[in-house]
Amino acid sequence: MDFLIEEIMKVHLAQIKPILGNLEKNAENHFKIIEQAVEEGCDLVVFPELSLTGYYLLDLVYDVAMDETHPVYQKFLEYSNDIAIVFGFVYESKEKLFYNAASFVHRGKTVHLHKKVYLPDYTLFEEGRYFASGNSIEAFDTEFGKCGILVCEDVFHLSSLYILSQSGAQNIIIPSNSPARGNLEQGHDASNTWQTSNRYIASVLTVNLVFVNRVGVEDGVSFWGGSEAYDAKGRRLAAAEMFKETGLTVDVDQDSVRRARIETPFLRDEKSFLVRDFLNDDGGRK
Amino acid sequence: MKLDLDLTVDILTNFIKDETEKIGLKNVVLGLSGGIDSALSAALAAKALGGNRVYAYCMPYKLSSDESLKDAMKVAETFRLNFDVIEITPMTDPYFEMMPDIDKLRMGNVMARQRMICLFDMSAKVAGLVLGTSNKTELLLGYGTWYGDLASALNPIGDLYKTQVWELSEYLGIPQSVVDKAPTADLWVGQTDEQELGFTYRQADDLLYAMVDERRRTPELIEMGFDEELVKKVAEKVRRNQFKRNTTVIAKVSQRTIGRDFRYCRDWGY
Repeated sequence: MDFLIEEIMKVHLAQIKPILGNLEKNAENHFKIIEQAVEEGCDLVVFPELSLTGYYLLDLVYDVAMDETHPVYQKFLEYSNDIAIVFGFVYESKEKLFYNAASFVHRGKTVHLHKKVYLPDYTLFEEGRYFASGNSIEAFDTEFGKCGILVCEDVFHLSSLYILSQSGAQNIIIPSNSPARGNLEQGHDASNTWQTSNRYIASVLTVNLVFVNRVGVEDGVSFWGGSEAYDAKGRRLAAAEMFKETGLTVDVDQDSVRRARIETPFLRDEKSFLVRDFLNDDGGRK
Repeated sequence: MKLDLDLTVDILTNFIKDETEKIGLKNVVLGLSGGIDSALSAALAAKALGGNRVYAYCMPYKLSSDESLKDAMKVAETFRLNFDVIEITPMTDPYFEMMPDIDKLRMGNVMARQRMICLFDMSAKVAGLVLGTSNKTELLLGYGTWYGDLASALNPIGDLYKTQVWELSEYLGIPQSVVDKAPTADLWVGQTDEQELGFTYRQADDLLYAMVDERRRTPELIEMGFDEELVKKVAEKVRRNQFKRNTTVIAKVSQRTIGRDFRYCRDWGY
């Protein structure tokens, strides 16, 4: 790498409530938050999954789709001269396929565009009906070390985590649209699963983790927010209130990865040949 | 079946506020029968918006019990709602007189639809969304009038079983007389829901929770100790009333048919 890794990454978690299908108005709100984050001296601002469009798009998918040449995307690139930004949108490829995507933009360029690989298509989800699924998970170099983006459901698949971990990711960024459901005596299924999973990933992969979940209601479905960040020891650095449109700024210390990998060197001891041999032999689900 | 009550209140009040305000409205309108379901919807709306933005109407027929009206007034006072009484007798009786062969069921449906007409008119008058008051048990069993009490713009309690309605109502401080009384559609003197259904709400809820929420199949339900006759009866009610939970069935002709492959959320653009 030809640049110096910054020790402390000041990250703003933008827990917003997008307007369903209104790209322009949502973009305005993004730009306002980005400007505030720049003023606050943030290095990175992270928005939720599909932050520019809202979630239950159904047939609106084709109306809000864009690529890097779109004026709104270009504006994000402009803003990225001052700050790194992760935002969610519908990406229309040259082949005219539509993806649930998230871009990491910085210094006027797209550093990485992640296309959601695991599209939930069950119970209250129907992403598979509208979106093409991405087919790669990659860690990428940034000024804050190696990062990986996983969009919501991607996180619940070990292949995503395994690949990012083995590719050297030190920061995992998770834009999400998780709906509140399965109300229990204490909390609800969705937040319980996410919080357990986030803590597990941070501590076992020894990575910093930033989870940004949206709020607001779409046709009766409430998104619960509760955005949070963990250090590489699995300690929760901060969490935003549930259900409230808000923002949260947190200092993520890159050195926590080093400390964690000395104390708990799980990555060093990982035997990836086991996986390779297993898949090469008769293993894996056919 | 037990709820995290704080969290549930957060979700439901946030739902009412968000879904009302995002379309540019401030108020909600609902019928207050004196029963627990409408009391709970009203309490949640008052918590979400403030009682001054909730317009509640008690709409008695001449055979409705005085207790119902008294209880409705008690709820309106407790949560400081805008409250009015709209007597439906002068509207429905002329129709009943035209239909000498009308039976109890038809009369009940006409009254429920008359109340719907009043509520949607009040909705236009005060610029408020009509709030639904049907719980999950009723919706699943089809115990409601299509385009009558089932008609609403937003339903905050449609995913709560009756058992959960009771629990949440006590928690929100709904007057005890409303919580304690036997559920009734109050369509004729002495009517109660449980008598008419032939089983209790608690029985139905335990079964529906296992059947619907936990997706257990009939043999499993019987093995769990549910009475076979009850399982069959309830399952059949759920199936037979699916039409009440759907919108109109449209005959497909074109490439893009409303509801089938022309699909947008109500919240489109909001």
